[in-house]
Amino acid sequence: MYDAPNLGDAVDQKETKITARGVQVYYGDTHAIKDVDVDIEAKAVTAFIGPSGCGKSTFLRCLNRMNDTIDVCRVEGDILIDGEDIYDKRVDPVQLRAKVGMVFQKPNPFPKSIYDNIAYGPRIHGLARNKADLDEIVEKSLRRGAIWDEVKDRLNEPGTGLSGGQQQRLCIARAIATEPEVLLMDEPCSALDPIATAQVEELIDELHHRYSVVIVTHSMQQAARVSQRTAFFHLGNLVEFGDTSQIFTNPKDERTESYITGRIG
Amino acid sequence: MSAGLVILAIVLIATIGFFLGRSRAISQAGGDPRELHSLPAYYGQTVFLFAAVPALLVTIAWLLLQSTFVDTRVTGMINDADIAEGSSRALVMGDVRRIANGLNVAIERDALTEEQIETMRADETDVRAVLGGVGVALGSSVQQSVFEASKEFRQITSTLRNAMAVIAISLSLIGGAFALSRIHPEFRARNISETAVKALLLLCSGVAVLTTIGIIASLVFESAHFFKLHPASNFFFNSTWNPQFRGGSDLGILPLLWGTLYVSFIALIFAVPIGLLVAIYLSEYATKRVRSIVKPAVEILAGIPTIVYGLFALITVGPMLRDYFAQPLGLGTSSSSVLTAGLVMGVMLIPFVSSLSDDVINSVPQAMRDGSYGLGATQSETVKQIILPAALPGIVGAILLAASRAIGETMIVVMGAGAAAKLSLNPFEAMTTITVKIVSQLTGDTEFASPETLVAFALGLSLFVITLGLNVLALYIVRKYREQYE
Amino acid sequence: MTDATSSSPASKPSTSLMTIDARTKKRNAAEKRFRSYGVAAIVVAMLALVGLMTSIISSGAPSFKQTFITLDVYMDPARLDKDGSGDRDKIAKVSTFGYAPLIEAAIQKAVDGNNITLAEGLSVKKAADLVSKEGPAEMRRTVLADTSVIGETLTFQFLASGRIDGYYKGRVTMETAELDGNISPEQLMLADDFKKAGIVETKFNWGFLTRADASENRPEAAGLGVAILGSLYMMIVVLCLTLPIGVAASIYLEEFAPKNWITDLVEVNISNLAAVPSIVFGILGLAIFINFAGLPQSAPIVGGLVLTLMTLPTIIIATRASLKAVPPSIRDAALGVGASKMQAVFHHVLPLAAPGILTGTIIGLAQALGETAPLLLIGMVAFVREYPGAPPEGFFDPAAALPVQVYNWTQRADPAFVERASGAIIVLLVFLLVMNAVAIILRRRFERRW
Repeated sequence: MYDAPNLGDAVDQKETKITARGVQVYYGDTHAIKDVDVDIEAKAVTAFIGPSGCGKSTFLRCLNRMNDTIDVCRVEGDILIDGEDIYDKRVDPVQLRAKVGMVFQKPNPFPKSIYDNIAYGPRIHGLARNKADLDEIVEKSLRRGAIWDEVKDRLNEPGTGLSGGQQQRLCIARAIATEPEVLLMDEPCSALDPIATAQVEELIDELHHRYSVVIVTHSMQQAARVSQRTAFFHLGNLVEFGDTSQIFTNPKDERTESYITGRIG
Repeated sequence: MSAGLVILAIVLIATIGFFLGRSRAISQAGGDPRELHSLPAYYGQTVFLFAAVPALLVTIAWLLLQSTFVDTRVTGMINDADIAEGSSRALVMGDVRRIANGLNVAIERDALTEEQIETMRADETDVRAVLGGVGVALGSSVQQSVFEASKEFRQITSTLRNAMAVIAISLSLIGGAFALSRIHPEFRARNISETAVKALLLLCSGVAVLTTIGIIASLVFESAHFFKLHPASNFFFNSTWNPQFRGGSDLGILPLLWGTLYVSFIALIFAVPIGLLVAIYLSEYATKRVRSIVKPAVEILAGIPTIVYGLFALITVGPMLRDYFAQPLGLGTSSSSVLTAGLVMGVMLIPFVSSLSDDVINSVPQAMRDGSYGLGATQSETVKQIILPAALPGIVGAILLAASRAIGETMIVVMGAGAAAKLSLNPFEAMTTITVKIVSQLTGDTEFASPETLVAFALGLSLFVITLGLNVLALYIVRKYREQYE
Repeated sequence: MTDATSSSPASKPSTSLMTIDARTKKRNAAEKRFRSYGVAAIVVAMLALVGLMTSIISSGAPSFKQTFITLDVYMDPARLDKDGSGDRDKIAKVSTFGYAPLIEAAIQKAVDGNNITLAEGLSVKKAADLVSKEGPAEMRRTVLADTSVIGETLTFQFLASGRIDGYYKGRVTMETAELDGNISPEQLMLADDFKKAGIVETKFNWGFLTRADASENRPEAAGLGVAILGSLYMMIVVLCLTLPIGVAASIYLEEFAPKNWITDLVEVNISNLAAVPSIVFGILGLAIFINFAGLPQSAPIVGGLVLTLMTLPTIIIATRASLKAVPPSIRDAALGVGASKMQAVFHHVLPLAAPGILTGTIIGLAQALGETAPLLLIGMVAFVREYPGAPPEGFFDPAAALPVQVYNWTQRADPAFVERASGAIIVLLVFLLVMNAVAIILRRRFERRW
């Protein structure tokens, strides 16, 4: 059932993209994330798994400071990307988010045309010098999002008219268009049917050659299928972090084992 | 017997019926309420309903129709010669009512007896003085035919009153007795009483529909009256408004329409950007603290009656605009002006626009914002490029509703815009609006049946049609918009 | 997916997060600018509110103060009861003009008694104009109420005339008095002398709240009594009609109405009715209640009916919202133990929705209280001096209404009426404030979260 993950190219680089040390997150009075340390490798897929409410999504949203938009949320500790503290005063979250793209649980295309959906990021960040440039970026992103062939004839139709799976791939393409180095995915397949899920998973596997991908999922099978590294969260704690094959075949912590074998969750 | 007394009697009969019905039900069941189909109170309620509802309906209908009926019977008795120059039959009928009322007062105070009234003649007795003596003032001395009409009016009215009392009370008794006679343990009192209550509820929700029908009927009926006296082409296409006391008036709606639209336009120019920005700031930027101060303050602005805004226009904004802008710039000397009314109306509309836009902006799903922030957009980019385009239909609906409010607003323009019907572009000049003229034509001294008064109904109809059109369009757009995100 | 394997990492050079590039700086500036627009909009709105309030309060506050002149008046039998018969009917023939000389005499006595010298050119008759024209009328009422006071010396606290009152409120100055035909600087100086002697004083004006309206040339006597009573009567009518009808209609539409085109029509109709201009309701009232049904003009009952029809949609919308907020599980529970649908609604849903309904009703009433335009059309602008009788007959007597009284006063020439109008607005706003406060307290106290 667990295909051996494709470790090949990730293993020989072993370069760390994101380093988190002693991260604490509070929602008002709730202590949502408790002292998490984690190193996320460049050009690999890292999966965060755990029962719902365990804090995996919260932690993910710390990585591009999406939690800033929530008034009551407070983050402590250090999160470094390429050795730079992203919570440093000098860092502009806008620039950070261009570097760390995000894909959400429910596909959320803007109520605009497919073209404008993709072009939105490049436009606000000024990545294209002219219309031809922009066209090229849009095409490239849609190709990388593995959806070009399906939409190339209807770029001016609204993105909301696509099917769920197509919408999610559109959103991934939209995130790629700003040329990020890290892609965060928050349960990207939870709203999709199995066929669409398979397509998106295939896409994620392609993407890790180019980007560091962090994916939150509640499906252990999905984590096993797409990721090279897996982190198991439980009640706000990072319980175990290691190679996916090791976590699934030989967990060290008994909570991880209980979760994987279906006794908690 | 006065109407109030009749209603009281009916309620009393019905209440007694309630207790009778309840005890009868219990006694029929041999004192054991468990034998009954329904709770004992329901039997009482059934009797109450049967005794009260038909009788009350008849009373109300009777009261509504009586005066029209009496008027048609009496009005023919007035000699044409007794209708003074410049007066009308309708005005004389008002006198008739007042005299009849005065006679009643006179009897109450023992100044007159029924017999005296029977033999009294207006050409022999000074009726005006007699009634003046009991505190009923009449405008002029009384003609004999008018006095006779008044006596007849009194007569018919009191006969009808008594007839109503008899019919209503007997209807109540019959209804109650009928319901009482039907009571037996298997009688499904709850179902009957619930059906009746449901019918009452239905009737109440019909009041809203009746109101609309009443509005449309009164507007259309009186407007038709107006168009019979005054050519429609003059009303719709003439660009002068110049009512004359003695006929031959120019009653063109165009200058009024222009004033209305001009004032509304200025109000919207002022209110829409500010209201929208307030809504955006409050929903996207403001901290909890700021919101908790600003939101109630804006709501206060919304709760202030328009007369207050009118006074504000009259005593503060108008003179200020005149002294600091209009006069130094040589643009006008009037403190009431289009700009005065427009600005103050704009202030009135700010909370209206902002609360509607707030709803609309909040109904844009959070996922849209997340998507945009996730791509590294700033808040203003998200607002301008994602939220506003997504909320656009709803905002357009809100603006249309605000426009309809502005067009129908009365007190601010009555006190701030002026009374001169003009087609001018200068915002510092006094101009007038449809609503101002409705007020001035209906509160003036001209007689009711003249085109100068009736024009108010045609103006009202135009106003109703315009605002209704805007409302329907706005509600349709907003509804469509809501469906999009549900 | 063709180029997924082709090129090297991202084409954009990896930049440090610590340095903010030029474009981001520009974007952040735009962000700041946009934010400041929002702040500016809020500032404008708040300034408008503050301006409105200060303008009304500053111009209206003086109306709660009033200048009074206290005089000892000898009720001269030679003037009031010439033949000494004490016959009330004969005494009643003496008009208010017959009382004016008594005031003149009293002024003369006050001048002499306090060693004041009348300025040159100021006759006693002119000096007596310090007292409001309402003064003689007040004396006449006192005499007619009890003829035995004739021959005695009574102490009256007269209203000062509008200009004198205005002088102590800063509306009238020596300079304006020079140009004013109704008042002269000499009169003002006399008033100052009287003030020093304690005869003239300015104090709280209860009369403003209790007196009836007064005619054009005696603003000092104008009060809100009739208007407050009229508004109160109208609110009673509105409350007694809208609450039962509105609640009944809402219950039907929310709980019983079948989903069909008729129901749809009623719903569309209600939401449209809520947006119909208020003046159209005035036209409806004029055409239906006055011309067709023959109800009296200026009567609170007509005003109440018109306002009822106007507030009904508001109350229906509020009531439906609070009925909707009661979770269906409550209904299911009641139906589950065998209650009929009607019982479920009246025993369970309605009591739970009651606080919301009440709040909506109070807010609807507050709206109705401030409404002016429709009342103008049904004759509430008429000049009413008599207090309406006690209900229910009083509902049919002519009366004024608070907001209409404001409008009425603004239409008069004397600037003293503008002050009164603003004062009336303050009274109206206080009523509204109290009603809204009650609504808020109710909401806070009974707010339920499911």
